Amino acid sequence: MKKIAIIGAGPAGIEAASILAAHNFEVTLFEKSSTPLSNILDKAFLFPSSVAAADLVDELNAKLLHDNIQLICEKEIVNIKETNDECKLFDKDGKTYFASKVLITTGYTIFDAHRKEELGYGIYKGVISSLDLEKMIRHKQIKNSIDELPQRITFLQCVGSRDEKSGNNYCSKICCVTAVKQAIEARKLLPQAEIYIFYMDLRMWGQTFEELYRQSQEEYDIRYIRGRISEASATFDGKVQIKSEDTLIGQPLKMTTDLLVLMCGMEPSPGTKTLAENCQIAGDYHFIQTIDPHLHDNETAQTGIYVAGSAKRPMSIRDTLSDAAAAAMQIMSDCQ
Amino acid sequence: MAISFGFTISQTRVVNMDNCDFGKLHQLERITPSFKKCMNCGACTATCSAQQFVSFNIRKVKSLYTMGQLGGLDKELAKCMLCGKCTLVCPRGLNLRPIIMNMRKLLTTK
Ligand SMILES: Cc1cc2nc3c(=O)[nH]c(=O)nc-3n(C[C@H](O)[C@H](O)[C@H](O)COP(=O)(O)OP(=O)(O)OC[C@H]3O[C@@H](n4cnc5c(N)ncnc54)[C@H](O)[C@@H]3O)c2cc1C
Ligand code: SF4
Ligand code: SF4
Ligand code: SF4
Repeated sequence: MKKIAIIGAGPAGIEAASILAAHNFEVTLFEKSSTPLSNILDKAFLFPSSVAAADLVDELNAKLLHDNIQLICEKEIVNIKETNDECKLFDKDGKTYFASKVLITTGYTIFDAHRKEELGYGIYKGVISSLDLEKMIRHKQIKNSIDELPQRITFLQCVGSRDEKSGNNYCSKICCVTAVKQAIEARKLLPQAEIYIFYMDLRMWGQTFEELYRQSQEEYDIRYIRGRISEASATFDGKVQIKSEDTLIGQPLKMTTDLLVLMCGMEPSPGTKTLAENCQIAGDYHFIQTIDPHLHDNETAQTGIYVAGSAKRPMSIRDTLSDAAAAAMQIMSDCQ
Repeated sequence: MAISFGFTISQTRVVNMDNCDFGKLHQLERITPSFKKCMNCGACTATCSAQQFVSFNIRKVKSLYTMGQLGGLDKELAKCMLCGKCTLVCPRGLNLRPIIMNMRKLLTTK
């Protein structure tokens, strides 16, 4: 039986592991955290279907219950070397493992909003990240800085994406629809609040995203303003004052809001960056580079090393799962 | 005959792209190529120092310039104090001070 190592037990790693296991490969799945799916466990509901994240976690975890899969948690892999048709993996403590092929699914990390100092994250309590809001929605409790129900919530798109100042010129792809999703969930918890989304472009690229956007206007009274918020400051009563331009009417705009939600982008996780560098397969912005974006989009320049999911580029869960299946197929056909 | 309601919210004039003179735009883009990168996000306008005191919208001035609508722009640009705050927030890295200086220069030359 061929041995395959998979690094990272997110949606991508689990999906690929279960497909390979079903086809009689022996899979070892390494996970840095104490449990799989760390980047899904902190979510509330998932676009496009608003399924509870906890349900998806259960279904994915069930896929791990296979005799051919060995899950090893709290194991951080930092390097891979290919020798004589075999891959040697190194963990953080220098221990080594062998496999005939390795799939990297080390995923992403959310942009650290502290880096956009002018938006006041970590300085003003009313400024929160999309991940902070996701956690509030999961606990069914959205509060402002003085522990009251917010009357006004304002989302800002493209924080740490499409921004030379953050060093990230790319679009993170998932935050537009995530804002629509979160605004709708916020509305369900706060029927009275005013909810605004400041955007530069609304990128509703996926099936049903556009309909969700439309529904957010029609049924959930979410209001959209085209402009980038350039500064935030605190008011004496714990609110946040923001400055922007309504670029459609062509006038500067200021307003106070209880919560300013920063829609932070996706960056390669530290694990992705380390492996990209150590295996010399780093691409733009330290995501992992594939050989070709069309026909060889799971293979890397190193023989025997493959990649799937958001370790390559920002991706939704649905795209991540398809990509993982494609990677599993590629590995199977290369093993014949 | 059109009914007049006694007010208007839009200019009656149509931007006729077949008649616009884009010569000054091309000149500006040659001297300061970063001008081309603007995505009209409005962050510059929002943060602009001059805008805090007088009615002035640097993004709109840039847009009008791009569309060859140059009438009155020299007067508008005189409001800018060249403080450079706009450059600090621009997500596309436009170097706005030289852009403004060059717009002023080009608008006053034949
Ligand atoms: C605020 C927010 C909301 C979102 N909401 C949605 C949504 O509603 N719907 C949707 O489709 N998508 C959503 N996403 C995107 C979703 O989180 C990703 O698509 C998905 O998690 C990508 O899966 P992945 O397997 O590629 O990577 P990840 O989920 O990042 O998994 C990677 C795994 O690898 C592990 N790892 C990293 N380095 C190492 C290492 N060196 N050794 C061992 N293990 C390692 C990590 O601990 C992690 O468990 C959201 C993202 C954000 C930021
Ligand atoms: S998906 Fe939307 S919010 Fe996210 S970076 Fe792209 S345009 Fe900005
Ligand atoms: S340089 Fe001019 S346009 Fe830019 S912020 Fe200062 S006054 Fe405004
Ligand atoms: S901040 Fe930069 S990209 Fe945005 S409108 Fe101004 S010049 Fe254009």
